[in-house]
Amino acid sequence: MRGPTPSQTVGPFFSMALGGAGDEKITPDDDPDRIVIEGIVFDGDRRHVEDALLELWQADRTGRYRHPDDWPGSGFAGFGRAHTDFASGRYSFQTVKPGPVPHPGGDEQAPHVSLIIQARGMLNPLFTRVYFADETPANGRDVVLGLVPVDRRHTLIAELIGAAVPPQYHFDVRLQGEGETVFFDF
Amino acid sequence: MLRPYGPVVRDDHPPFSYPDYRATVKRAPRSDLVSILQTLSETTGPGPGWSEVSEEDSDLTSNAGTGAAAIGERIIVTGRVSDEMGRGIPRTLIEIWQANAAGRYVHWRDTEFDAPLDPNFLGVGRCITDEQGDYRFVTIKPGAYPWRNHFNAWRPAHIHFSLMGPSLGSRLVSQMYFPDDPLLDHDPIYTSVPAHARERLLARYDRAVTEEAWALGYRWDIVLRGSAATPGEDGEG
Repeated sequence: MRGPTPSQTVGPFFSMALGGAGDEKITPDDDPDRIVIEGIVFDGDRRHVEDALLELWQADRTGRYRHPDDWPGSGFAGFGRAHTDFASGRYSFQTVKPGPVPHPGGDEQAPHVSLIIQARGMLNPLFTRVYFADETPANGRDVVLGLVPVDRRHTLIAELIGAAVPPQYHFDVRLQGEGETVFFDF
Repeated sequence: MLRPYGPVVRDDHPPFSYPDYRATVKRAPRSDLVSILQTLSETTGPGPGWSEVSEEDSDLTSNAGTGAAAIGERIIVTGRVSDEMGRGIPRTLIEIWQANAAGRYVHWRDTEFDAPLDPNFLGVGRCITDEQGDYRFVTIKPGAYPWRNHFNAWRPAHIHFSLMGPSLGSRLVSQMYFPDDPLLDHDPIYTSVPAHARERLLARYDRAVTEEAWALGYRWDIVLRGSAATPGEDGEG
């Protein structure tokens, strides 16, 4: 066994290398199934985080991942990068709602996307999941959500805002303090 | 096929909150992380697909495309990317960014330090590991630069590295430092790493990598979390 290379912060200048305009669009503007996932990243003082990197990973609309362990031939990349806006802390992804993916216990997981969050002042990445408010029955059966204390589950569920087209899901990330988003270790 | 990997050993990495690095104090979670079983969502990841569509761009001394060479000490930075079992990780993307020789980034926020930009240096590169997991960049040794964390805070020379690796859990962003830099022990980003693991962030001078009358060579090997090889694709064992 060899010790892993330690993590370090992305710092304030990562945007020169990691992602750019368009990388937050995982599906094109003419995809009739497209949805928007957007929100604001906040720190422990309720100030917006002006320089966060969010990376999204998800299955396609049938629940398959573009990966050698699942379905490498999938035409859907399932990966995007977004930077929070300097003035507002807001990020946004355009994607599709993923299908259900299996759980090793034999159950199906509720539709969800994975997020990796990094920023200046974060020495390690944080991993979370975005679930969808209009999937209540599936969310109620989800094994991973079931591991989260009941009073914190809402931090993982994106709210459907209005009746916009494309559908718009709102998901804030609170790094610390009241309403702190649940982050996972796996 | 699901191949779960071992849990994160937190002692190999910095803590979330490290008050000497002030910006961590309000950006670190206070609640415990919630431990979950790895599912297909965690054992897969964007690395393989993202590496396929990315182009190699590994000579930072010329990739500004001006036709003129970047100014500074030309160096070669090379090494192997492997998993915790020592197996090389082939065909995986590495993205890097860095300051120029004067310690200045090509970034709109880097305005306080009165150091010159170099029109022939962007400070951004990409490289894809070969069949053994080896990578190689040609670049300029970055300069130290001041930041406002504390009095006379200067970052030691470093290059930022980003790797996706084979799965979500192997995601790594780190920084490579140079040996014998007197600023290291005063840098809270470097010293946030537990002492036993710090030297893993140091490149070493390598005479075999150095090219006669052209560039100094540095070697920095990178170890990603987990087990990389898929069945039938095991590398050098």
